[in-house]
Amino acid sequence: MTLDRLHPGGSGIIETVGGEGALRRRLLDMGLTPGTSICVRKVAPMGDPLELFLRGYVLTLRKDDAAKITLKEVVQ
Amino acid sequence: MAYLLALAGNQNCGKTTLFNCLTGSNQHVGNFPGVTVEKKEGTILKQKDLTLVDLPGIYSLSPYTSEEVVTRDFLLKEHPRAIINIVDATNLERNLYLSLQLMELGIPIVIALNMMDEVLASGNVVDYDKLSKHLGVPVVPISASKNEGISELMQHVRQVVQLNTPPAKLDFCRGAVHRAIHSISHIIEDHALETGYPIRFAATKLVEGDEPMRMALRIHETDQHIIDHIVADMEKELGTDREAALADMRYNYIEEICKTCVIKHQESREQIRSEKIDRILTHKIWGIPLFLGIMLLVFWLTFTVIGAPLQDLLENVIEAVTDLLSQALAATHVSPWLQALLTDGVFAGVGSVLSFMPIIVVLFFFLSLLEDSGYMARVAFVMDKLLRKIGLSGRSFVPMLIGFGCSVPAIMATRTLSSERDRKMTIILTPFMSCSAKLPIYGMITMAFFPQHGALVMISLYITGIVVAILSGLLLKTTLYRGNPMPFVMELPAYRLPSARSVLLHMWEKAKDFLHKAFTVIFLATIIIWFLQSYDWTFHMVENSADSILASIGSLIAPIFTPLGFHDWRASTALITGLTAKETVVSTLTVLSGASGSAELSSILSTIFTPLSAFSFLAFTILYMPCVAAFAASRRELGSIRSALGAAAYQTGAAYIAAFLIYQIGRLFL
Repeated sequence: MTLDRLHPGGSGIIETVGGEGALRRRLLDMGLTPGTSICVRKVAPMGDPLELFLRGYVLTLRKDDAAKITLKEVVQ
Repeated sequence: MAYLLALAGNQNCGKTTLFNCLTGSNQHVGNFPGVTVEKKEGTILKQKDLTLVDLPGIYSLSPYTSEEVVTRDFLLKEHPRAIINIVDATNLERNLYLSLQLMELGIPIVIALNMMDEVLASGNVVDYDKLSKHLGVPVVPISASKNEGISELMQHVRQVVQLNTPPAKLDFCRGAVHRAIHSISHIIEDHALETGYPIRFAATKLVEGDEPMRMALRIHETDQHIIDHIVADMEKELGTDREAALADMRYNYIEEICKTCVIKHQESREQIRSEKIDRILTHKIWGIPLFLGIMLLVFWLTFTVIGAPLQDLLENVIEAVTDLLSQALAATHVSPWLQALLTDGVFAGVGSVLSFMPIIVVLFFFLSLLEDSGYMARVAFVMDKLLRKIGLSGRSFVPMLIGFGCSVPAIMATRTLSSERDRKMTIILTPFMSCSAKLPIYGMITMAFFPQHGALVMISLYITGIVVAILSGLLLKTTLYRGNPMPFVMELPAYRLPSARSVLLHMWEKAKDFLHKAFTVIFLATIIIWFLQSYDWTFHMVENSADSILASIGSLIAPIFTPLGFHDWRASTALITGLTAKETVVSTLTVLSGASGSAELSSILSTIFTPLSAFSFLAFTILYMPCVAAFAASRRELGSIRSALGAAAYQTGAAYIAAFLIYQIGRLFL
């Protein structure tokens, strides 16, 4: 399952990080590495982007980009 | 001996607050060469031999964004004596990710562990002594906002500067990554020594597949093959690719040391409070209305409640000084041309620009409150979807909104956008938002031609501006700024009370910036326009400005506007004087038409324009290049006169096309 399909309140552990170039590198640099646990806290008023919580901080990510991240051990 | 120090850290970790703490108001703001990335420099208080450069807030030393590239270039080429790396103690994992990369540069480094007060107040612990042992560099707990720990920090900095001690430890890796980095280090040793790059940093970057580093080291093809082979072996062994392998290696090491150094029972009080505030401010239904409400409040307070009276006051003072001066000049029998230059040119011109000052200062007071508190990041979060289609991110919404008030602070406000590409695009698009100085022009024209439909005309003009901005965004996105936009992967920092010092310094900086512009570019431009307006080609002063050089230039260019429906020289002349300030269009048209009242002006205007050409004139007026004050701001923020001229040419071209279409299509129906 991919990160964009997680509902607010749901959580999981990152399995793979897709995408390429600057985006992928940015995701990795911001700590979205395989094995990291992550949860979706909220969706923005217009339905996009997502508000995420990982490694003790809050991050926002567009759904298109979140779709490139796969999760395991998902708890909805 | 004087030393150069660099201040590096993530965004939102209190870097600017620490910089202000360390340097006071001894700051010089400029840009890094060739890019619109801000560079702040200052001498450290009471330590005259130490110059500190504030580097952009970044999360990694990857080669992708211009902020990361200038930071790398600065650290690699300017060879600072030491780095002060500020780290947010409430968010240690992600912050140390940059620290590990900075340490690889082999430059002496001191870690300033900021927001330790918040950690302690929340009942959590960061064992900084242990952290220092694990990392092999000094770690000093501080609280930049409370000015605590600063002298201890400087003691450590002084020590590493004097002893020139590089980080004691560089090996944060093991297994396959470790072997790859070490094998590559051996291969590139000579190249690194030759080019002066730190070996360890270079090797790590090559493992990551960093193209700029490969080019800089001038690696031979045979060596490159061996390197590729080593990396391929590493990828195969780990079952992952090179970039992920290194990110993973760093985060694994950080997790390990955090396990022994950090005791975290709960999220910090600030984080818990932020979550509560966000339940309201980024609420599914109330988020957007609240944002618009906050901006409306800021506008109302700036332009009506505080700005306007201050502006009136300043105008009165300037007027009084001008009167005093003209009396004094008359008494001393100075030649009339000099009197006219000083009173009508210099004082009137600079005075009208200076009267913007209160609005700018007040507006930036509110904007820095919004920025420093962490709310601007929420604006980006809430508004992102709307601006994404034209290739921008939610961050650009605020400057564009300010553009409806005045383009000058709007353009100045783009500096807080975190991507250079977004900054440039926003600077070009913002002047299309119709600013308040254009209101008198709408007033004049609607009174003469559309007395019944004033509101409708105004709304359609605002919409014209927005539509042109959207089309321009789409155009720029597919042409000039086709490159990948910076990924919108943004931190939402915890809300924090902004420090008074930071807000005041920010206001002061913007005021200084504007004053500088007022007395250089704007000063020169107003004098030129005054001269053209007051003299004829034989350099005699004219009684009637219809005989001036400006009027003849106006007549000369008038035919250009024939396809737009207005070819009267008075209209084109007004467009030229409008460059000093848009409302001048009104006074110029009034003077040139020789009207003595608004009723008479309306009747004369109807001989210059038809209702359709009047509308096309209005459309041209809102869209063509902004006034010199805004032009000066865009020159400053775009970093070069060429880019600013390019933007102005684009805006004027867009205005021409829009007015042309309005007039020619309108003619088919009317």
